[in-house]
Amino acid sequence: MTEALIPDTYSSEPAVDIADVMQKLAEHKGCGTEGGSGKASCGSSAGPADMPEEIWEKVKNHPCYSEEAHHHYARMHVAVAPACNIQCNYCNRKYDCANESRPGVVSERLTPEQASKKVLAVASTIPQMTVLGIAGPGDPLANPGKTFETFRLISEVAPDIKLCLSTNGLALPDWVDEIAKYKVDHVTITINMVDPEVGQHIYPWIFWENKRLQGYEAAKILTERQLLGLEMLTERGILAKINSVMIPGINDKHLVEVNKAVKSRGAFLHNIMPLISAPEHGTVFGLNGQRGPTAQELKALQDECEGDMNMMRHCRQCRADAVGLLGEDRSAEFTTDKIMAMEVNYDAEGRKAYQQAVEAERQAKVEAKKSELDGLDAAGDMKILVAVATKGHGIINEHFGHAKEFQIYELSAKGAKFVGHRRVDLYCKGGYGEEDALDTVIKAINDCHAVFVAKIGGCPKADLTAAGIEPIDAYAHEFIEQSALAWFKGYLAKVEAGEIVHTERGDAAIRQGALLSQAS
Amino acid sequence: MAYKIVASQCTNCTACEALCPNLAISEAKGTFVIDPAKCTECIGHFDTPQCVAICPVDDTCVVDAVYPRYQA
Repeated sequence: MTEALIPDTYSSEPAVDIADVMQKLAEHKGCGTEGGSGKASCGSSAGPADMPEEIWEKVKNHPCYSEEAHHHYARMHVAVAPACNIQCNYCNRKYDCANESRPGVVSERLTPEQASKKVLAVASTIPQMTVLGIAGPGDPLANPGKTFETFRLISEVAPDIKLCLSTNGLALPDWVDEIAKYKVDHVTITINMVDPEVGQHIYPWIFWENKRLQGYEAAKILTERQLLGLEMLTERGILAKINSVMIPGINDKHLVEVNKAVKSRGAFLHNIMPLISAPEHGTVFGLNGQRGPTAQELKALQDECEGDMNMMRHCRQCRADAVGLLGEDRSAEFTTDKIMAMEVNYDAEGRKAYQQAVEAERQAKVEAKKSELDGLDAAGDMKILVAVATKGHGIINEHFGHAKEFQIYELSAKGAKFVGHRRVDLYCKGGYGEEDALDTVIKAINDCHAVFVAKIGGCPKADLTAAGIEPIDAYAHEFIEQSALAWFKGYLAKVEAGEIVHTERGDAAIRQGALLSQAS
Repeated sequence: MAYKIVASQCTNCTACEALCPNLAISEAKGTFVIDPAKCTECIGHFDTPQCVAICPVDDTCVVDAVYPRYQA
């Protein structure tokens, strides 16, 4: 299928001066609207003051490229690209469970025409859906015909929707000009290594020039192609996000080198994700007992790489057919049968009006947060984590028992910073809590001092308190960051008054198994 | 001989279909099949059978001993 074309345009003058782009990226200290409070990860809240106008325009409503945007805007993936050109030890294409949320997994594959219809159906139902991505379930660029035909159809019927794709990078240099032609201005490359010695333990083989190559040789070609592709994207002013899977003992320390390599080539954002590895997935890593990182190990690596680079910490490692806000999956509402039966009315003006309302809501959130930034000096060097139950919009608006995940914020003298999320599945099933499920939640947020919820029952409240995690429902339906900081000041005052003693919390677990209940 | 696809192993990923130099692979009843009359085991085209080289599941594209060895 894909001949190894050497694009002749690569040798010609680049469309964008790479030095200029690099300078702008270097000047841009994160996507933060907060300014002043130090390094924002893109990570953290976002605003036009911190970056060049054209980059802000690209990321402001992209939930994967802006942490702030992900509370308000939704994305969808269409599974039009089933073929893949490499094999990864963390992937098993035979495993496909409707209740599992994980890259490479889908329930059905679509033709470009079906995908286009699906995009219209979802955009009409979810007006805050702003981004369409092709992320597999194989590699989009190993299916170039289907991928670019899908982009073409969607750009005709819904020109306001941003297009993006996620690739392993092997075929990327061959398709950069096609990517630019369809105005795909966000490309994610999964780069797990820049050293073939490391890579040979992650990739058993690649398909290259009509042969299956293995070991060091395969990994060497892969890394060369990935980095060349990244440089070509940067030259053309296409924003690149780098995804890296953190595999303890294999590439965990090496990812610092990867971070430097991609930063120097103009990558906009680095997303270090925990390995998902359970025996029932049937992956090589799952079967050989390779573990994923703990919450603390992951955060420590992300913090180490943060330096001058935006780190993404809000990735949900979603399915190749996911629909909705990042923390939710509404794909079950949009199966092919349901879409074909839907009457679709694409209302571009209505979508615009809705999104303007979202912008207003977002600004209100940022203003609310600013109001609590003063008076945090008492924190000194103290940093604590808190968990939040939320359905989105930046508000504490989820019942403890209904939360499928908790968002994690770090509170310090600098303010409140989003640092991650923990999947917990559904603790509450059929209206009553279950002991084992509550244990799962406690393990997942064990590194937190408090959990903010809209509502919580008496039993879990007592158990959380016994585990040293303070359940807080006093800020129900209020802004997350403002509430967390208000509570933090109260905590600091109590510590100062000697009413309580500040202690460090332990580590937490990153959940690995399949979802027990389908997202509602 | 020709190659055949073990239906229970096939993930329907489509990767082999586009690579086959003989257009011998097609989708039938939810899985992919190789037309033994068209399969040349990639002899004369490539060093290795392309379907075997790209398939993400080992032992899925296998030799079908029912058919005699292809003569180029």
